[in-house]
Amino acid sequence: MDRTAPPPVKQEATRAAYGRALEALGHQRADLVVLDADLSGSTKTRVFAQSFPDRFFNIGVAEMNMAGYAAGLALSGKLVYCSSFAMFAAGKAWEPIRQSIAITNANVKIVASHAGLTVGEDGASHQMLEDLALMRVLPNMRVIVPADSRQTEAAVAAIAEVDGPCYMRVSRAATPILEDLPPFELGRADVVREGSDIALITCGVEVAECMKAAELLAEQGVQALVLNAATIKPLDDAKVAEVARQCGRVMTVEEHQIIGGLGEAVASSLAQSGVSVPLRLHGMKGEFGQTGPAKNLLDHYRLDAAGIAAEVQSWLAS
Amino acid sequence: MTTTSTRPTPLRESVAQLDARANRMRRDVIRMVHAAACGHPAGPLGMAEMMSVLYFHEMAVDPQQPEHPLRDRFVLSNGHCCAALYSSLARRGYFPADQLAQFRKYGSHFQGHPHLGALPGIEMSTGSLGTGVSVAGGMALAAQVDGSPARIYAVTSDGESQEGQPWENATAAAHYGLGNLTLLLDWNGIQIDGRTEDVMNPGDIAAKYAAFGWQVLEVDGHNTQALIDALAEARADTGRPALLACRTKIGKGVSYMEDVPDFHGMAPNDEQAIQALRELGDPAPEDLNHDQARLWE
Repeated sequence: MDRTAPPPVKQEATRAAYGRALEALGHQRADLVVLDADLSGSTKTRVFAQSFPDRFFNIGVAEMNMAGYAAGLALSGKLVYCSSFAMFAAGKAWEPIRQSIAITNANVKIVASHAGLTVGEDGASHQMLEDLALMRVLPNMRVIVPADSRQTEAAVAAIAEVDGPCYMRVSRAATPILEDLPPFELGRADVVREGSDIALITCGVEVAECMKAAELLAEQGVQALVLNAATIKPLDDAKVAEVARQCGRVMTVEEHQIIGGLGEAVASSLAQSGVSVPLRLHGMKGEFGQTGPAKNLLDHYRLDAAGIAAEVQSWLAS
Repeated sequence: MTTTSTRPTPLRESVAQLDARANRMRRDVIRMVHAAACGHPAGPLGMAEMMSVLYFHEMAVDPQQPEHPLRDRFVLSNGHCCAALYSSLARRGYFPADQLAQFRKYGSHFQGHPHLGALPGIEMSTGSLGTGVSVAGGMALAAQVDGSPARIYAVTSDGESQEGQPWENATAAAHYGLGNLTLLLDWNGIQIDGRTEDVMNPGDIAAKYAAFGWQVLEVDGHNTQALIDALAEARADTGRPALLACRTKIGKGVSYMEDVPDFHGMAPNDEQAIQALRELGDPAPEDLNHDQARLWE
């Protein structure tokens, strides 16, 4: 039997797109200065550094100081992007970010890579599953988690147009480049798959997994809508309410603790919009991760397509 | 339209004028903290000469153009000592001095720690120790990138030196050769819980900065001429960041506060305020109705 294999899905890590977009932005914005904390090869800020060595500063393994330098540069008129792994960029530097960047509304873009479970083998110490919570709570801070490399490129340019702090999470693992994704717009969530039985509201690497989960669910007769909430703050409250009303049931899916992240943002949004529908938060449920390849970890925590579909089915059956 | 091509001119006041400024600042601090009935009086008293030399001799700033792009910047990294900063800004002409009576009051612009945007002349929000020196480093790096003549000054303290972040800045500022950055260390040996050597001995902070590759100048923090000279020496060394290790006495000028840890974070009562104002030569020490503009003239 002659079977034609489907074309391979193009994949790229969002961090790679970040490096490329940052370099492109460097050509447009003479005021752009980039900082890193000894991880420029991994965060991909090195791409910018190679083109603009006079506007790149390695701060070394000192993330608190990086936040302070970022603030000082921004308050002197620079557009500042600074990067490290999410664990350190958001975790270790949280208080200097609050004091020196958020309180002052400094024009600093913190782009943190290697977030979530998909860091993989580095294990619990490096799997930052609390960054969205830490950043969401800060006044003045916008929080963005692009779904794929194209969105990431657009988001890098979009946040440059915002005067004030932004936190953007990018990933280590190569993830599918999603076809027909609408252009990124800060604050807008997009329906990337229509459905009527349940709305899966998600972000980042989980968007592709939810798309695949929706396909699996469709085979089982469940029509799942997928909403890509690439901007977690400010959340697209109107769109969240609309898809919740349309489907009558919502599950949030995130590579993050279910406390404080996208799930609770959606829960709060729905409650304040007066939309009362069954809601379930899916993500890390109060535990730290473990070591292993990203694929195994997503499987273990039921955050891959099969796991998400199974979560939906078990909920519908209960 | 503002003039941006020429840098503001430092005032370069005389030692006698600067000492009078320091005295005036001390009286302001006592009235501010007494009016607020809370705050930190003793630290600012110990910084009066440092602040008067910075604002009335050293720094190129212009109260008429507080956002002048070529201005020098000041960051109060030990933000709890902001009574000295608020007094300096008022006396330099950024806003009327009688507003100082609003210190820490509900609805006022005078927060208990400096808040960017609340008042003209405030360059940075501080209060969480360790953060301000880092930001000053970033400002110095920005000026270096731009080839700007602007210099960056910050006051830090021995208590603050127990944090980790200042040492991250010490490494980075030396690495990038930030010769436009000058820190003044308020080295009074006192912190909230007592003497620094008892609470957590920071050791020889001057030697530490020297080991990091900084230009270190040890000075008597109450000797105006010595401060002027050290700042000039720091300016002349364009390749390294500078630390002025200023030996100071907390509560300087008020006998019962000098070198007393209790007044790090405690306001004087009426009787104590009157005594302090009297010792500082205030013309109306018994008048504690601080809302009267004439008391701030």
